[in-house]
Amino acid sequence: MSILKNFSSPTPPALLAAAAVLAAGAWVLPAWLTFLLTLAFAKALVVLGVVIQMRAGLVSFGQALFYCVGGYGAGLGAQYLGLTDAFALLAVGTVAAVAVALVCGFLLTRYREIFYAMLTLALSMILYGVLVKSSALGSTDGFNVAPPSFLGWVPGGVEKKRAIYLLTVLIALGVALAFHRFLESGLGRVTEAVRENEIRVEYLGLSPRWLLFANYVAAAGVSALGGGLTALATGHIDPDMAFWTTSGEFVFIAILGGTGHVVAPFIGAIVFSVIRTFAIQEAPNLWQMTLGIILLALVLFLPKGLWSLVQRRRREIAATSGQPATEASQSPKGISSPISEKGVRA
Amino acid sequence: MSSFLAILIDGAIYASWLFLVAAGLTIIYGVMRVLNMAHGSFYAIGAYSAASLVGWYFSGEQQGSPYWSYALLVGCALVAGAIVGIAIEQGLLRFLHGRDEILMVIVTYALLLILEDATKLLWGVDPYFAWQPYRLLGQTAVGEGLRFANYDLALIAVSILIGLAAWFALNRTNKGRLLRAVIHDREIAVAMGVNVNAMFAATFAIGAVLGALAGALTAPAISVTPGIGVEVIVLAFAVVVVGGLGSIGGAAAGAVLVGLSRSFAVHVAPEVELFVIYGVMFLVLAIRPQGLFGQTLARRI
Repeated sequence: MSILKNFSSPTPPALLAAAAVLAAGAWVLPAWLTFLLTLAFAKALVVLGVVIQMRAGLVSFGQALFYCVGGYGAGLGAQYLGLTDAFALLAVGTVAAVAVALVCGFLLTRYREIFYAMLTLALSMILYGVLVKSSALGSTDGFNVAPPSFLGWVPGGVEKKRAIYLLTVLIALGVALAFHRFLESGLGRVTEAVRENEIRVEYLGLSPRWLLFANYVAAAGVSALGGGLTALATGHIDPDMAFWTTSGEFVFIAILGGTGHVVAPFIGAIVFSVIRTFAIQEAPNLWQMTLGIILLALVLFLPKGLWSLVQRRRREIAATSGQPATEASQSPKGISSPISEKGVRA
Repeated sequence: MSSFLAILIDGAIYASWLFLVAAGLTIIYGVMRVLNMAHGSFYAIGAYSAASLVGWYFSGEQQGSPYWSYALLVGCALVAGAIVGIAIEQGLLRFLHGRDEILMVIVTYALLLILEDATKLLWGVDPYFAWQPYRLLGQTAVGEGLRFANYDLALIAVSILIGLAAWFALNRTNKGRLLRAVIHDREIAVAMGVNVNAMFAATFAIGAVLGALAGALTAPAISVTPGIGVEVIVLAFAVVVVGGLGSIGGAAAGAVLVGLSRSFAVHVAPEVELFVIYGVMFLVLAIRPQGLFGQTLARRI
């Protein structure tokens, strides 16, 4: 149990250590595993976007919109702008997604609950509809993305995958650190208050709409990064990136990991990818059913996701060692799932 | 002129199909406040059971009239929908009454995933065809050079019939009035002695039957393949949300609006066909968040 004890240390050093270990893994782990981790981390970035909206009580069933914009941004940047640098390509996708979010955010932040879910879904399906019908972009087939260069360095052979893996770990680390700061900041905590009672937040003199708007734009940016990394790693993009089932997958991972901590989406995404790899290999026609059963079980028995297991463990350690665990005791109730605590409707 | 007529009739056909698909969804939401993602699976189950049964009916040495296949379509939708609907309501949703709406979306999403693979296990992944009932009714020429399948035109009549039946049942029968009382205020209805749980079970079964019926009636016109449920559900969402969640009249209005806009797009600018459906949805919600016929709810402090 000594590994779990490390979790009670402050998050940033732990994140740095984890990233260092993962980066070192690039030369140790088998290629299929680093590829799986690359895609898992890229997904986790999108899920992080879903999670910060969930903390505000909003479930986005259309986060695939930004995942897709990020992916197509990178792809189109390579195709039409002649860019080859990975950072530039990711930036194109992210800027495009943020621009889209700035426009859509104005409208979306007026809606809550089921309408928010439906509207985000509609937006991503609009993009899907446009992409499917645009033959210049390959319609349903999408198109291939050439392997990128990295600040002038053009890797070859095995180095290609390794470079993208390292880039993903690096970006994931940066994003995780930034979002950890955000979640711990006043702004990040107030979004949870918006979920609990929006009108009281208004009475406190804050603007829930503006908070949700900022939240939405941040979620869009980070999701686009995930989409861009996926495009670079797989070398291919297609309109299915924007289909609503892709968004459903992100919601699934968000619930699997939980919303309690910035690391939760990453754990969720890794577990999800591992389950999927083996499920598709063993029983391809039972894969969705497996997902559905796990999702039902999570909603019914572990509504705060896998991260709540870590939290529980932490509290036990804190209780036995007689000293308060830093983070767990600060906000024992604040860290909760948006979908579980609302309880019975009036 | 003839293209205008074509747009109109195509739109009416598509709208009637949309209404068939959306009616069950909106009834379930109206009564239970469950936005049922698994509705797509009910549609798929109806389509599969109809296609396999009709296929069997026409393949064997059965001596009956081919017109019996229409009874088969409706019959298997009733049976399949009722079984699946009651099983899900009694087995799972019963324990989750009154929970958060968003949570219910996620629960029914899980159900959709489970049922998707269940249909694959039951019927395999090969396509099913049941075109015989579709061909049987022949075609009608409208104006110069326009031909429509009579089956599609009959679909319009069927969906109008279902709409009227639903309206009648809700507004003119005793049970329907009780149901409206439950929709309006669940707690008071319970206090007045309405058996809300029985109402919920019945509503869910009816909604599931309507979903399965939509699938069964569509099956002769398409090839039934895995994934049809997933495609249909977002369309049904769009229709229901445009009309206003939980309102049958709204679903009809939404279906007509979406159906006509799509057929207009198909004839005038085919490249925006898919875009236009969700575009309409987005536009309506931007102007009227509760949908065309939805009720606004007061904010809770």
